Amino acid sequence: MTDTPDPQDATGTPALQVEHIAKRFGAVAALTDVSLHLGKGEVLGLIGDNGAGKSTLIKILSGFHRPDSGRITVNGEEVTIKSVDHARSLGIDTVYQDLALIDELTVYHNMFLNREVVRWPLLSNRTMRRLARQHLDELGVRIPSVDAEVAKLSGGQRQAIAVARSVYSDARILLLDEPLAAMGAKEGALILDLVRDLKARGEVSIIIIAHNYAQVLEVCDRINLLQHGRITFDKATADTSLQELTDLVVAEYRATRTGGASS
Amino acid sequence: MSDTISSKTETDDAPRAPGRRVHGVLQVTFDGFMRRREATILVVALGLVVYFQYSKSVFLSHDNLVNISQSMAPYAILAVGEVLLLVSGEIDLSAGMVFTLSPFLMHYAIDFYGVYPILAIALSLFAGAFIGLCNGFVVVVLRVPSFVATLGSLFLIQGITLTTSHAYPAEIPAAAESLASWFGRADWSELIWCLAIVAFFHVVLTRTRWGLHTIAVGGNPHGASEAGIRTGRIKIGNFMIMGGLAALAGILEAFRTQTIDPNSGGTGAMFIAVSAAVIGGTALAGGSGTVIGALLGALVLAELQNGFNLIGISANPFNLILGMAIIISMILNVHLARLRRAGRT
Repeated sequence: MTDTPDPQDATGTPALQVEHIAKRFGAVAALTDVSLHLGKGEVLGLIGDNGAGKSTLIKILSGFHRPDSGRITVNGEEVTIKSVDHARSLGIDTVYQDLALIDELTVYHNMFLNREVVRWPLLSNRTMRRLARQHLDELGVRIPSVDAEVAKLSGGQRQAIAVARSVYSDARILLLDEPLAAMGAKEGALILDLVRDLKARGEVSIIIIAHNYAQVLEVCDRINLLQHGRITFDKATADTSLQELTDLVVAEYRATRTGGASS
Repeated sequence: MSDTISSKTETDDAPRAPGRRVHGVLQVTFDGFMRRREATILVVALGLVVYFQYSKSVFLSHDNLVNISQSMAPYAILAVGEVLLLVSGEIDLSAGMVFTLSPFLMHYAIDFYGVYPILAIALSLFAGAFIGLCNGFVVVVLRVPSFVATLGSLFLIQGITLTTSHAYPAEIPAAAESLASWFGRADWSELIWCLAIVAFFHVVLTRTRWGLHTIAVGGNPHGASEAGIRTGRIKIGNFMIMGGLAALAGILEAFRTQTIDPNSGGTGAMFIAVSAAVIGGTALAGGSGTVIGALLGALVLAELQNGFNLIGISANPFNLILGMAIIISMILNVHLARLRRAGRT
């Protein structure tokens, strides 16, 4: 009952459920009424234009902001996410675009940052190197060497390492913020492959936040569209198309323009 | 032995670099060598030895080597602290004033309060660490940039030294004389302290969690705190290490010169220490630096000062050379860093 094999089955206990979340910043209503659910092992694409409230929603889920109202449930239990650390302890981890990797450190030191393997008083570099290599191989992340300085890697590789680090730190709900932004097709494919691999393993549930959704569509089970602070569209990827999504977004764009002009 | 976390990989990668055959093995070796930051400064240090020995054969005599070691050691000890701070993205301008104050504190404790000498030395070191704690508190908790915060404490501490000593030098307390040879008086005493400290903090910076977090905090403060590292604690800790080391260096220097002088140390010592760190390859922007590089930086400066004396050039052009050395090493740092970032150009 708790572990639903079919990720699209919304009747099983969802990994994450958000109900009627609202958030205002002064006079600005960033989120008016957002409800969404994320099944276990599911990959949800959350798309929307700039200013639709995507980043506010992420910041609420990752513990930066508290919602004004609404309910958040993780694995069937209602929670109040108090801080970033608290979110992480609930298994929610966000991989941001401006990655939290340290350029000056090697891949394996980044993988183990603040969770280093230590044989007091020294670092067990050999162990960390081996475990990092093993974990990255398991996830199919290809990098020249775990000894490489992160600064030397490409954007895609860096992103992949950041994702791998989150998974390694027992994150069960991954929020990927614009994982493909400013990335070439080849680089993007690297990330999409990683997401597919994670999906196949079925241990993590993923929300991909995307502005440009064409590529994202390939890996998502379901798509939600966020417009003006509410979810206006929720369909399985199989039941929708790039065309439909594009039309929706364009229609909204037109509506706001004419609406703004007439009233 | 002298590899840092960040330089280790470059040297591993260099021999595999493609397209180098045109230039031959020499080029590869040269590049790999140049990419080790300490290597460049080591070449300079050795070159100076050869040059000065060639000009004046007393340069490598026992007595002169003692001279050089003594004009290097206290600054190298200060530089170790500055390296840790610079790597974590901060700087301590007040370290030289802690250097000046600490032997006075020892003197007050022994002569005015009858504290047992070895305890008085320990107290002075703790006082130095406490000043570091205060500096760190102002920087981390009150969010004053370290450059400004420690500029303030620089004058404040100098004020304390001058007021309490009435700007007069003091004698080493008679009770402490028995400790003198351990704490800097004997020929190689300062050097041994210095090398032990350098070795210890080299390991700390390259092989411990503290060092790794220090690099992380300086390299990407936001990322480090995202990973759950308590960045403030790392910075304050490094300020405290700096303060403790500065206090020790001041005490060693007082014992060696057999006087407690309100004019020793000060901003001059601090700037030499920062110069040594920078010449040794520590980036002012944070995130990278090496303790051994700082030792070599201090060695080069000591050699220059000593060699100029021997040759009979006045001490005046020393700052000229120091200035050029800093600028050149910074230019090298910037360009070697680009070379390193590019990987295998």
